[in-house]
Amino acid sequence: MVTVSTTTHTAQDLTAQARDVLGVSRLTNHALTSWLHGLPGVDQVGCEARAASLGTRSVKTTSKAWAIDTAIGMIDLTTLEGSDTVGKVRSLCAKALVPDPLDPTTPRPAAICVYGDMVATAKAALGDSGIHVAAVATAFPSGRASMPVKLADTRDAVEAGADEIDMVIDRGAFLAGDYLTVFNQIAEVKQACGTAHLKVIMETGELVTYDNVRRASYLSMLAGGDFIKTSTGKVQPAATLPVTLIMLEAVRDWRDLTGSQVGVKPAGGIKTTKDAIKYLVMVSEIAGDDWLTPEWFRFGASSLLNDLILQRQKLATGAYSGADYVTID
Amino acid sequence: MPKFEYAPAPESRAIVTIEKSYGLFIDGAFTRPKATFPTVNPADETVLAEVSQAGPKDVDKAVAAARRAYEGVWGRMSGAERGKYLFRIARILQERAREFAVLETLDNGKPIKETRDVDVPVAAAHFFYHAGWADKLEYAGLSASGADVPRPHGVVGQVIPWNFPLLMLAWKIAPALATGNTVVLKPAETTPLSALLFAEVCQQAELPAGVVNIITGDGRTGQALVEHPDVDKIAFTGSTDVGKAIARSIAGTSKKATLELGGKAANIVFDDAPLDQAVEGIVNGIFFNQGQVCCAGSRLLVQENVHDQVVAKLKRRLGTLRVGDPMDKNSDLGAINSRAQLDRITSLVEAGVAEGAERWSPECTLPTKGYWFPPTVLTGVSQTHRVATEEIFGPVLSVLTFRTPQEAVAKANNSAYGLSAGVWTEKGSRILWMADQLKAGVVWANTFNRFDPTSPFGGYKESGYGREGGRHGLEAYVTTAPSTLTGAAR
Repeated sequence: MVTVSTTTHTAQDLTAQARDVLGVSRLTNHALTSWLHGLPGVDQVGCEARAASLGTRSVKTTSKAWAIDTAIGMIDLTTLEGSDTVGKVRSLCAKALVPDPLDPTTPRPAAICVYGDMVATAKAALGDSGIHVAAVATAFPSGRASMPVKLADTRDAVEAGADEIDMVIDRGAFLAGDYLTVFNQIAEVKQACGTAHLKVIMETGELVTYDNVRRASYLSMLAGGDFIKTSTGKVQPAATLPVTLIMLEAVRDWRDLTGSQVGVKPAGGIKTTKDAIKYLVMVSEIAGDDWLTPEWFRFGASSLLNDLILQRQKLATGAYSGADYVTID
Repeated sequence: MPKFEYAPAPESRAIVTIEKSYGLFIDGAFTRPKATFPTVNPADETVLAEVSQAGPKDVDKAVAAARRAYEGVWGRMSGAERGKYLFRIARILQERAREFAVLETLDNGKPIKETRDVDVPVAAAHFFYHAGWADKLEYAGLSASGADVPRPHGVVGQVIPWNFPLLMLAWKIAPALATGNTVVLKPAETTPLSALLFAEVCQQAELPAGVVNIITGDGRTGQALVEHPDVDKIAFTGSTDVGKAIARSIAGTSKKATLELGGKAANIVFDDAPLDQAVEGIVNGIFFNQGQVCCAGSRLLVQENVHDQVVAKLKRRLGTLRVGDPMDKNSDLGAINSRAQLDRITSLVEAGVAEGAERWSPECTLPTKGYWFPPTVLTGVSQTHRVATEEIFGPVLSVLTFRTPQEAVAKANNSAYGLSAGVWTEKGSRILWMADQLKAGVVWANTFNRFDPTSPFGGYKESGYGREGGRHGLEAYVTTAPSTLTGAAR
C-alpha cells in the first residue's frame, strides 16, 4: 500500500517556498537562472564511470530475492498507446492484481499507468486493491499545448480518480532558458493535482546534457514535484543509469537543503531483472536506503514485470521456465 | 526501513592451482625449489606457497641464460617475429584472466574487482600495445634521421614492487621484449605468485628459452641482479630509498637505468569543479588498491571556500565503501599487503594525529585476521606535517586547503616527489595552465588514476627518471650505440 500526502499546494505557496529556497524577494527568470547555473557542473566521463562501476555489484541469492520483490513492488505497469482499449487496460489491471497465478506470494506492482481517458476503466478494474492509478497528462508526450489545455487534461484525470499524475515539462521553454515558464507550469499543474501525487517528466533524452538533467531536477523539485521522472518512453534514449544517478544525487542533496524528500522514477527501456537490480543498487548507494520503497522510487515499465517474475520463479524452483509460463498481461 | 544488504559473492579460487613450492624460472624451465620462504595471503595470514630465495649463483645462471637467448635468438629475430610472441602472450593473459585475477588477489590482498577489471586487462593491453611496436621501431623517432636504427641494450634486469605485481611485470617485460632485449625479472618478496604463473604463460607461448627469466627472493636477490656485471640495463619500480641505492651501485658503470619511485601526489579541487565526480576522483585517487599506489592522490588540496562541502560529501561517500574479503566481488577495499606496510601506515597516521591532524574513518568492521587498515581521512593537515610530505602508501588521505591557483601550484610542487597530480575544475584554460605549472610526470584533469599503455608514465625529482608506456617508454629500452652482435636482424 502506497501512502500519499494529502496536502494541497497553491501555485502561490510554491512560489513563496521557492523564493525562500533561493533567498530572493521576487522569483524572476534571472533569479532561477543564477540559482540553477550555480549548481556544480557534472563531468560526463566521471558520471558515466561511476554509474558503470555501480553496475558491477554482484547481487546474489537472498539479496537477489529481496531485490526482485522490491523491484516488482516499485513498478508503474504502463500502457501508453494510441491503440489502448478498455479491454487492454482491464487486462493489464488483472495482471497487476495477479502478477503470477502460479505463485500468490508474488508482490503486486505499485500502480497502473495509463492515458487520462482510461483512468476510470483502470480505477474500476483495480477497485480497493491499493494499486494506484497514474495518468499521464499535460499533452503527453510532447507537452506542446496551451496551459489551459494542460490544466484541463490534468483535472480530467484527477476527477476520474487518478492517484498520481505524470506531467511533462515544456522542454522547449527549458532549452530556451525560460525557467520561470517551466516553474510556473509545474506549480500550476501541482495545484490542479489537488491530493494526487505529481511526477514531473523531464524527458532527459531531449535535455541531452547531464548539467541540464541536474538543473531540470532542481527546477522540478523547487516547483513542487513529488517525483522526478526521466522519460515519456517515446523518446530515445529513455532512462539510463547515469541520468538516474544525477537525479538520485539531486533528491539526496535536495533533502539536505530543504528537509523534504522527493521520489525518482526512471522510465522506458528498463526490461530486465539485471537492469532493475542495477538501479536498486544505485538507489541504495547514492540516495540511500530511505528511497528503497515504492513511495520514493518507481520503475516506469511494462515488459520488466515478466522478466522479474521469471527470475523469481528461477530462484524459487532452481530452473528457468520460459516466456510461455508467465502471462503476458 | 528496508536495507539493501548484499549477500556474500565470493569469487571461486578453484580456477587457479597453487603449487606447494616453486623453483626459479631460468632458461625456459623451473629449477628445483630450494632455500624457500613462504608467501602469505595478507587477508587471512595463511601461507599460500613456498618460493625459492635466489642466491648469487642463481642470478648468474639467469643472466647467462638471458645473454645466450639474446645473442642466439631474440636479438637476431625480426621485429615482426617478436611481435607474434607478444601477441600470443597477450591473448593467453586474456584467456587466463580469471586465473590471474584470483591468484593476484590471494597473494596481494587487493579486491578481486580491481584485479579483474584493472590489473589483468591493463597488463594484457600492455602486451598488445607493445606487440604492435615490435616491427615499427625504426619509425618511432627513437634515433636522429640518418643515424643508425635503434637496437636493444641486451640483457635487462628488472625489479618490481608488490602493489601491482602482474601489471608492473607487464610494464617492464612488454617493452623490453618488443625492442629485442631479454629479461631477468625479480618480483617482490611478498607477491611472487603471478610472476611465476606468467612464467607458465611464457612456456605456453613457446617463447624461446632464456628470453624471460624470473627469479624470486628478497632485497638481496634484487641487489645481486642490479650489481651483476653482465646486465646492460636496470628497470626498477619501488621505493625512493632503494632507487637511490640502485643509482649509487650502478654509478660509474655503463648500465642504463630507469627508476619509477615514490610519490605524494596533490589532487587539487577548485570551487568550480564538478564536485560529485571530484569526490569519486578523490576516492579513486587514494583508496584504489588501498592507497598502495605510487601515484596515489594522497594529498587533497581543496579550495578553502568549498572545503567543508567537499569533506562532507567525501565522508558520506566513504560510508558506502565496502571493506573486507578481497575475494568478494563487492569489496571495494581489501587488505594491506604486509605486516611491515601496515605498521608503517599505522605509525605515520599516529604521527599525523600527534602533529595536530584530525583523524576520521567511516564505521567499518575489519576482519580479525590479516592486515587491515580502515579508509582514513586526516583533516586540518598543514604543509609542515609529516603526513603531508612523506609517502604513506596506504588508505590515508591528508586534506589541505588553498586560496588561489598560485597557492595550489606552490603547495603541490612543494614536495620532494613529482610523479602525478590531479586538477578538478570546469575551466579548460585553468587545466592547461595548471598542467604547465605542476612538476609532475602525469597530470590528470577531472579524473585520477587512469592508466593506458599508450600514455607515458614517470616522475620528476625523487619520483625517479625515465618513462614507461607510450612511444617515450620505448626509448629506455633501445640505444643507438654500435651493436656487439654480428648478423643481427633489424
